Amino acid sequence: MSTTAIAVAEHENYLNKEYGIKSWLLTTDHKRIALLYLMSITFFFFIGGFFALLIRLELLTPAGDLVQADTYNKLFTMHGMVMVFFFLIPVVPATLGNFLVPMMIGAKDLAFPRINLLSWYLYMIGGVLIMHCMLTGGVDTGWTFYTPYSTAFTNTKIIEAGLAAFVAGFSSIFTGLNFIVTVHRMRAPGMTWSRLPLFIWSQYATSIIMILGTPVIAITIVLVAAERLFHLGIFDPKLGGDPLLFQHLFWFYSHPAVYIMILPSMGIISEIIPCFSRKRIFGYKFVALSSIGIAVLGFLVWAHHMFVAGMSVYAALVFSFLSFLVAIPSAIKIFNWTATMYKGSISYQTPMLYAFGFLGLFTIGGLTGLFLASLGIDVHVTDTYFVVAHFHYIMVGGVLMGYLGGMHFWWPKISGRMYPEGWGRLAALIVFIGFNLTFFPQFILGYLGMPRRYWDYSHMPEFQILNVLSTAGSTILGVGYLLPMVYFLWSMRYGKLAPDNPWNAAGLEWKTSSPPTTYNFDETPVVDFEAYDYEHIPDREVPGES
Amino acid sequence: MSHSSAATAPNPALRHHFAEMEQQKNAASLGMWLFLVTEIMFFGGMFCAYLIYRLQHFNDFAAASQSLSIKLGATNTAVLITSSLTVVLAVHAARHGKRKLLVLYLLATIVLGCTFLGVKAVEYTDKFKEHHVPGPSFNFAPEYMQGHPEQSPVDMRHAEMFFSLYFVMTGMHALHMIIGVGLFSGLTWLAWKGRYTKDYYTPIEMAGLYWHFVDVVWIYLFPLLYLISRHR
Repeated sequence: MSTTAIAVAEHENYLNKEYGIKSWLLTTDHKRIALLYLMSITFFFFIGGFFALLIRLELLTPAGDLVQADTYNKLFTMHGMVMVFFFLIPVVPATLGNFLVPMMIGAKDLAFPRINLLSWYLYMIGGVLIMHCMLTGGVDTGWTFYTPYSTAFTNTKIIEAGLAAFVAGFSSIFTGLNFIVTVHRMRAPGMTWSRLPLFIWSQYATSIIMILGTPVIAITIVLVAAERLFHLGIFDPKLGGDPLLFQHLFWFYSHPAVYIMILPSMGIISEIIPCFSRKRIFGYKFVALSSIGIAVLGFLVWAHHMFVAGMSVYAALVFSFLSFLVAIPSAIKIFNWTATMYKGSISYQTPMLYAFGFLGLFTIGGLTGLFLASLGIDVHVTDTYFVVAHFHYIMVGGVLMGYLGGMHFWWPKISGRMYPEGWGRLAALIVFIGFNLTFFPQFILGYLGMPRRYWDYSHMPEFQILNVLSTAGSTILGVGYLLPMVYFLWSMRYGKLAPDNPWNAAGLEWKTSSPPTTYNFDETPVVDFEAYDYEHIPDREVPGES
Repeated sequence: MSHSSAATAPNPALRHHFAEMEQQKNAASLGMWLFLVTEIMFFGGMFCAYLIYRLQHFNDFAAASQSLSIKLGATNTAVLITSSLTVVLAVHAARHGKRKLLVLYLLATIVLGCTFLGVKAVEYTDKFKEHHVPGPSFNFAPEYMQGHPEQSPVDMRHAEMFFSLYFVMTGMHALHMIIGVGLFSGLTWLAWKGRYTKDYYTPIEMAGLYWHFVDVVWIYLFPLLYLISRHR
């Protein structure tokens, strides 16, 4: 009864304006589409996570005793495919990006609302295909589809999985295209490029990669499918083709795709740190342009995935050098965030805890990336757990930490309710501990020589102790991810009503109501302040603190 | 909020989230250009594969390309360039609000697009008859080599690769042509019903951009596949 009373007292907003399944499935409101994405992406996250847990369970003992070798190959392939194409790539742009990009620049919606809805449907079609593929046998090539195994040998459902990635790829092309046009054409009066929130800059840089990179993986998938279906000789050496060409085309997209995943999370961190340090971001222009720098450099380093694939040494040297260059814009970000916190008035709310986690874990992930960029070390650790640990520090330690931080930060705006702060902090702590326990042992495992993708390591039983630690960590991590889902759902009904600006944060999205109305603002806002203007925002007790 | 400033009633084609028609049109055209950028990258992957293999297996690729009909290819090039002209004229007619002329030029574009596809079908049929379609029945024995033992022999596998890429590249291009013809069919219907006025003809212009792009792809495909190194 009391909850109904509150619901009646609420103002009209995007959530309660219309009801019924049709008002959601046919909506063109970017906020509702963001929620559709949120639900479907969360679903795929738990599917991918389930595969990860099975992988870890198998590796608990040196013998291959839980699943068959074939099943294990399918497990890590489907884990990779689901997590990369259906979680990591769309997660921040399609949920928080969709929700926030128009609001942060003072627009009523994205430039192409119907294309935005179309992108969600494409994502879902891809999702249905990948689910069908999973349930009817799956794929065993690894998410990388390396030829000629994928085109001439395996009997698993390559074409269906490829089609799923192809269709989902178009959904991210449309999202990227929408964001770029929106940022160029829909900014409110006074919202100049140098006043854009850094989250927008990072989404913009991400979108550039999405529209330039994704079509290349699309055509690569088409060529793989054509080779498989019609026995065209494009990548198969038996037919005259060159498997290295496949790897070049594949990584031309799939390396920049890593930056599609991490850049949006970096944008979130750039929003959280100034807010909870009560300080203007240090070096705004450098942080903004470093996003563009990462996007551009990201396209020049793909062949560092191929150092041992038979490339010429000279090419490898060039790609090694270029890979080191990516460290520069990444370090600019890390140093500027740290400098922002210096002498700031820091408070330890949940989003800030995730930001701290991001800083530490991304730094470890980034530095081990430099190990892998150097030719000598790369030869030693290629295809070992060192690589696995490295990219999980970036993908899980970086992307997911940023995403969860952002979800907590903007949850009051999205749902109009506060999440329980105590539980939030506890979950952040559990995630941090669980993550490190899962993946840090893998650095050591890899350095000692445990190969990745092995299902049975009974000839090297000395690796068991580290594997046990990793598996234990993964269960803790799993609990850490379940908790936020539970209390977010709980808070939608029982959480305290959120004020318009619970964190006393800068930015246009906090100047509208929580949750916002359908058109975001009653009147188009006029921007006459700089970004992160925390000097001019009076400090106030934040509600979670008291 | 624009009610007070706008002297006349807003154009019914103006969508709710735009302040004015100009902003809406600018957004559409930037979006279309960005989409074409993605298309360039899409075709770029194939061009890249083709050029690499052409350099690696130059002799075999050059020999295989001799079997393509320059006559049909050149006809199609002319047809496509003409169709780009009719598209420009259609946009021009739309800009001046001439409905019947617009419909006429759109129909002309559709006819020319279908002509292109028809000629392409003839070419594909020829390739099929000559056993130049990659697969188990593939066979490649160039006529000009018969009785000329001084010519270096052609590696069948690499000739087959040429035809693989030929079919993938022209096939993808033809797919884009089919989509374009479908697009223009819809637009013709809407134009006939008077949907487009001189204040609002953005879809015509956008479809025109797409059509020009598909045309330009062919302008690259034609010399790369048919013309270069034919001087034997």
